[in-house]
Amino acid sequence: MTKPLFIICSLFAAIIALGSDHPTVRVAPTRSVGPRPLEKQTETGVTRDYLQAWRSMSDAFEQNRADLLDPDFIGTAKEKLADTIREQAKLGIRTRYRDSAHDIQLVFYSPEGLSIQLVDTVEYNVEVMDHDKAQSAQHVRARYVAVLTPTEIRWKVRVFQAEPE
Amino acid sequence: MKSGLTFFLSGLVLAAMPLALAQTDALRLPKTVEAGSAFSIQTSGSGTAVLYIVGPGQVVQRKVQLGETTSFAAGDLHNAGHYLAVLVGGSSTENDAFDVTAAHQPVTLSFLAKPSRLSVDLHDGISGVVYVFDAFQNLVLVPTPVSFQLSGVASAVQMRTALTRNGVAWTKMNSAPKEGSTQFVARVGDAVSTRVIQQVPGNPCHLRMSVRPAGERLAVETEPVRDCSGNALPDGTIVTFTETYNGGESTIDVPLKRGIARADMPAHSGARVSVATGVFIGNEIRLGKGR
Repeated sequence: MTKPLFIICSLFAAIIALGSDHPTVRVAPTRSVGPRPLEKQTETGVTRDYLQAWRSMSDAFEQNRADLLDPDFIGTAKEKLADTIREQAKLGIRTRYRDSAHDIQLVFYSPEGLSIQLVDTVEYNVEVMDHDKAQSAQHVRARYVAVLTPTEIRWKVRVFQAEPE
Repeated sequence: MKSGLTFFLSGLVLAAMPLALAQTDALRLPKTVEAGSAFSIQTSGSGTAVLYIVGPGQVVQRKVQLGETTSFAAGDLHNAGHYLAVLVGGSSTENDAFDVTAAHQPVTLSFLAKPSRLSVDLHDGISGVVYVFDAFQNLVLVPTPVSFQLSGVASAVQMRTALTRNGVAWTKMNSAPKEGSTQFVARVGDAVSTRVIQQVPGNPCHLRMSVRPAGERLAVETEPVRDCSGNALPDGTIVTFTETYNGGESTIDVPLKRGIARADMPAHSGARVSVATGVFIGNEIRLGKGR
């Protein structure tokens, strides 16, 4: 009796997840971000570009295409993620990161405006496929620290690192 | 769409797996590992299995003998982040997770000092931001003291210490009253990063000229032009002499040479001669009716 119920619940959850592509996002009110005042427009732009970076990362890891990182990542973050994708491709592994909830707080805006840092308690599902065979699906809650820097048209993620909660 | 469906179906397959398997103690691993350090994962059971270590920062796959310890050498896992460990053997799958944290030893500093050139004697005119990284370019997130030092040839040393928060520390410093280059140094343990900042004279604070007749013309000359701290304005700074007379006006722009601007102007009886540089206006001289 328990097993069919579990399957039905999983099916229901999966349908809901498929139907809703957008994660829930909460941005904590910004009190002080250090030496430079943060305009609402900047906060909105940074948050938008950071969330877009998650979508790019999800697509890149699912398709093993490092080039999909280009619009949203730069520097060390891009190099590390691209290395992982290359390693996945070499091993025949694909992973899918589907973010379901973000709790974002902007914590530092540098005085010259060239970097902004946020912490994000994010919930996501990770699915691991080895040569298209499903191996694992896990729900994860982790705290990410990201540093974004401005480019010509958007903010790009330069540091992207999870830390123990 | 196709891949989404694949994952959807695979999710169903995984959901159908016996829940109890994910709750056994067949996979024992440390909760945290320092980046780049050796560690091991203990499995139980018998037979062979495949162990996946999966995270955005790295992915590792190993064939393991169940019941034995699988060792990872120093450097095998060097990118900080949250990792999943998945052990797949036969019909069973074990899942767990752990964190790789940045090494505690800072090795590189990303030091941004701004601006690279500014006027002397500006309060909090110079800013320095430091991101602290370990040897593997992981952001060191434990609070770490960063010392900032600003020192020039002709100015007192300024020192500040700031504790990193989420891997970043910042400070602001005053520019020195005397012009010249200054070294802005950030230091964390043995990790040092230096930037050179050029301090240039500020706006002019003293502009006086004198006029003397030279035949049918006037020779106008400034005293050395200085800022409020007594620094000579750099050669090339434009000084404007203006002569107004009987409704007419003549203007000459000349650059400073060795701190002084000189020019010849036509002599008009009763004319007024003034001097300015930028928005700063110096003295004015009215010529006598005889000249």
